[in-house]
Amino acid sequence: MIAIIKYNAGNILSVQNTLTRLGYKSEITNEKKAICASDKVIFPGVGEASSAMRYLRDRELDIVISDLTQPFLGICLGLQLMCKSSEEGDTDCLGIFDTRVKLFPPDDKVPHIGWNCFETFKGPLFKDVSIQDDVYFVHSYYAEKCKHTVATCNYVRPFSAAMQKDNFYATQFHPEKSADVGAQILKNFLQL
Amino acid sequence: MLKKRIIPCLDVKNGRAVKGVNFVDMKDAGDPIELAKTYINHGADELVFLDITATVEYRKTWTDLVKKIASEINIPFTVGGGINNVEDVSALVKAGADKVSINSAAVYQPLLITEISQKFGSQCTVIAIDTKFENGQWWVFTHGGRTSTSLKTVQWAQKIEKLGAGEILLTSMNNDGTKNGFAVDITREVSSAVNVPVIASGGAGKKQDFKDIFKQTTVSAALAASIFHFNEISIKELKTYLNNQQIPIRI
Repeated sequence: MIAIIKYNAGNILSVQNTLTRLGYKSEITNEKKAICASDKVIFPGVGEASSAMRYLRDRELDIVISDLTQPFLGICLGLQLMCKSSEEGDTDCLGIFDTRVKLFPPDDKVPHIGWNCFETFKGPLFKDVSIQDDVYFVHSYYAEKCKHTVATCNYVRPFSAAMQKDNFYATQFHPEKSADVGAQILKNFLQL
Repeated sequence: MLKKRIIPCLDVKNGRAVKGVNFVDMKDAGDPIELAKTYINHGADELVFLDITATVEYRKTWTDLVKKIASEINIPFTVGGGINNVEDVSALVKAGADKVSINSAAVYQPLLITEISQKFGSQCTVIAIDTKFENGQWWVFTHGGRTSTSLKTVQWAQKIEKLGAGEILLTSMNNDGTKNGFAVDITREVSSAVNVPVIASGGAGKKQDFKDIFKQTTVSAALAASIFHFNEISIKELKTYLNNQQIPIRI
């Protein structure tokens, strides 16, 4: 069973829809037991950082997440919440990845919306993916590059398109909305 | 590099895709989900579904259709038409819509933009502007282009950006359905006046029209309906053409 962590905002149904299409069973839950007992955990999300963190802390899910040992995938806001802090709402986050999340400067259109390719990538998430493949982004905040960065993308400046530390994986783009390329990346995660 | 997006729009009436000329004279264009899947196979970057049924009784059926769309397609999609309040947005987002497009309601209750943007994020909040050139000015129209307002288009675009819009979908009513090309001037003016992405809409008739709007303005995306519905231009062919014209496109 794959647990999809439920929190207050965002279209998390699309992750479940994609898993179903790929033939995987999943459960959207905010129950500690169900999350801990699952084979894999997906932490999706679009939304606002400070209210999302508040929701997680109120249910002690922040502690639960940090202690998980099974493969874990944060998506978009999920990735940002796994960093040390976010400028959005001046929020202290989970601190899994040793980097900060900042607002894009207004040097180009913000939010960064649409299909963008990678500058660099490495590791198991990108098996059978080409560097020229485009994936779908939609975000106004970005994670600075750090030692946990496994993929970069360039928009206004280079930023972390994906990160990994031990069992914790995260993508700034939405694999569930990135057509066949995104499905491949999700499959790569699900086969870990 | 961020790619310019090609977005087919499906006007949906009583569950069927339709297309009119200058907002009237509707023709049947097929099953919206089948059409959507064809577009995705041909390389559509995003989809917009606009409910133009405009009856209260249809709302529930519409939400069910959105749910079905969400379960079957794997690229982002926007839903619009008749959205009047946060509850409408909530129902559509819960059904699986990635973004909602708000038009008339934003004009009459601008604070709704802020409310939606705070609750669902600005990335979810697309504000549609229908604009028409009259008496030497571009004006904002509402209710599918039937009602005039005293709002000037560029000022309105700047205002909705401040209120929390994440994207602006700009349709020129003078161009819509004519197939004579997008309204380059007003689109350029709006796109350079705001910092959020702008989607150009209305008037696409040939591949060159897309090249012109991308080369001559800073828009992030171009939307079209009829030329795709009736297979006058295939999305694949269009994207190959734009790629050959050095416009960044997802192939």
